[in-house]
Amino acid sequence: MIENRPVLNIVQHVILILGVTVFVFPIWLAFVASTHTARDVNSGIPLLPGDQMWENYAQVLGEGLSTIGAPPIGLMLFNSLIMALAITIGKIVISLLSSFAIVYFRFPFRVLAFWTIFVTLMLPVEVRILPTYEVVAQLGMLNSYAGLSIPLIASATATFLFRQFFMTVPDELTEAARVDGAGPMKFFRDILVPLSRTNLAALFVILFIYGWNQYLWPLLVTTDESYYTVVMGIQRMANAGEEQPLWNLIMATAILAMLPPVAVIIGMQRLFVRGLVETEK
Amino acid sequence: MRAKRVTFRHRWLPYALIAPQIIITLVFFLWPASQAIYQSVLRQDAFGLRTEFVGMANFKRLFADPLYLESFWTTMAYSAMVAASGMLIALVLAVMADRVIRTATAYRTLLIWPYAVAPAVAGVLWWFLFNPTIGIAAYAMDMLGYDWNHYLDGGDAMALIVIAAAWRQVSYNFLFFLAGLQAIPRSLTEAAAIDGAGPVKRFWTIQLPLLSPTVFFLIVVNVVYAFFETFGVVHATTSGGPGNATNILVYKVWRDAFEGLNLGSSAAQSVILMVIVILLTAIQFRYIERRVEY
Repeated sequence: MIENRPVLNIVQHVILILGVTVFVFPIWLAFVASTHTARDVNSGIPLLPGDQMWENYAQVLGEGLSTIGAPPIGLMLFNSLIMALAITIGKIVISLLSSFAIVYFRFPFRVLAFWTIFVTLMLPVEVRILPTYEVVAQLGMLNSYAGLSIPLIASATATFLFRQFFMTVPDELTEAARVDGAGPMKFFRDILVPLSRTNLAALFVILFIYGWNQYLWPLLVTTDESYYTVVMGIQRMANAGEEQPLWNLIMATAILAMLPPVAVIIGMQRLFVRGLVETEK
Repeated sequence: MRAKRVTFRHRWLPYALIAPQIIITLVFFLWPASQAIYQSVLRQDAFGLRTEFVGMANFKRLFADPLYLESFWTTMAYSAMVAASGMLIALVLAVMADRVIRTATAYRTLLIWPYAVAPAVAGVLWWFLFNPTIGIAAYAMDMLGYDWNHYLDGGDAMALIVIAAAWRQVSYNFLFFLAGLQAIPRSLTEAAAIDGAGPVKRFWTIQLPLLSPTVFFLIVVNVVYAFFETFGVVHATTSGGPGNATNILVYKVWRDAFEGLNLGSSAAQSVILMVIVILLTAIQFRYIERRVEY
């Protein structure tokens, strides 16, 4: 504190608390709505939780909304988890391998390979929607976990991050490993990967959130309900057509859809902040 | 590009290591992108039986199409509003949190987690809050004498998606602003305080100028986010409507391809979006080079 200004301090806390309140309010209201009956929610919004919590959550998790043909959320959550983990682990593994190749080997086409990976930065799914869909369709990967995850696991960001980190690993380590007769893969497995632990963890947090929150891609490649992910499934519930939307159940789904990534951020806050700052370098 | 001074020798291993990444890039990124460019100069008849080369005709038609131009300006206005509001709110909160050092971490914990909420889910949450019949925010607006209805009023619908998109992004901006502010040397602020500069003056003459790299970086990131990552917000809530009031470019590409089945036009729109991403990435990387020197 540079100077003591009691009034200013109070103003600051007031603004911050106001900011936090406005921030949290939509989620609080979603939670409240998810604990009431549909009739209560539609006839004037309560501000405090009701007593229907277990009923509502049990219904969305177990039965789904049979009236509008939505599958149980339990299955969608499972699909989201598979997709998020496959994307996260896939991105980390292939980026680790390719940055290892780029940094620790000299080979023809090395620079070309680097630039090929770099270009992916400039081609998000959103700008090549239809042709990518056609490729996935031709490969027979529609409505499959492979189709949901594999096309998204190329990652320039993760490759750059690992390349940057590998460049800081002292050459003496490599020399020592070579003197001791370790081949490249042994060096990679026993020295490089353990050294990258913190970067790996930070990246894991960021990529898990990225993977879980995918929307456009699952929307394109899944037409079979049993492969819906929860983030895209919620849209089908909200736009159910003529019927009055069942807001209590939609909000229960929204809460379930945001729970895993929020838990990851809150639980691993330090790694999250680190990952966010590092990947943007 | 540099490699290590000490490297390994192997005839095929480096290719094997890099192959998965390269194959995925070629199959799912470069090939589709080249297809988009190829299709953007073709026109298909209604049954998909005949295709002919039409040169730049698809692009010419797009730029003569009032709907496309409208979507273009809508996207510009939308991303400007998302970036401006998200950054302004985040900056105010970060400056406040930076001053109360002891509790800054507590506020950070409370403010970062909307970042974990998917844009589509954020859209649904605000959609519910502003629902004209049961939403509490719409009710409050009504009390203030404003008849909110995002089903009918294009301006309301636009405001809704801006709020939903910016809400989530405030967390992100806040983190970067707070980190930037905490990196400013204490001695600078203290020296200014001894010279008699109050908190407001210190903000304008010390903190904001030193934050300018962060501000610039965040402008690019926020514009990219608004342009390309908020498809979910629009799709889950307004579906581009009412009319075309919230029909942003990314949503229009998707709709023209999957609902309008207009391949040539959709491909041309994809190519235009590619040019925009390439420009934005170039700006971002130029800036990063400068930051390294700095």
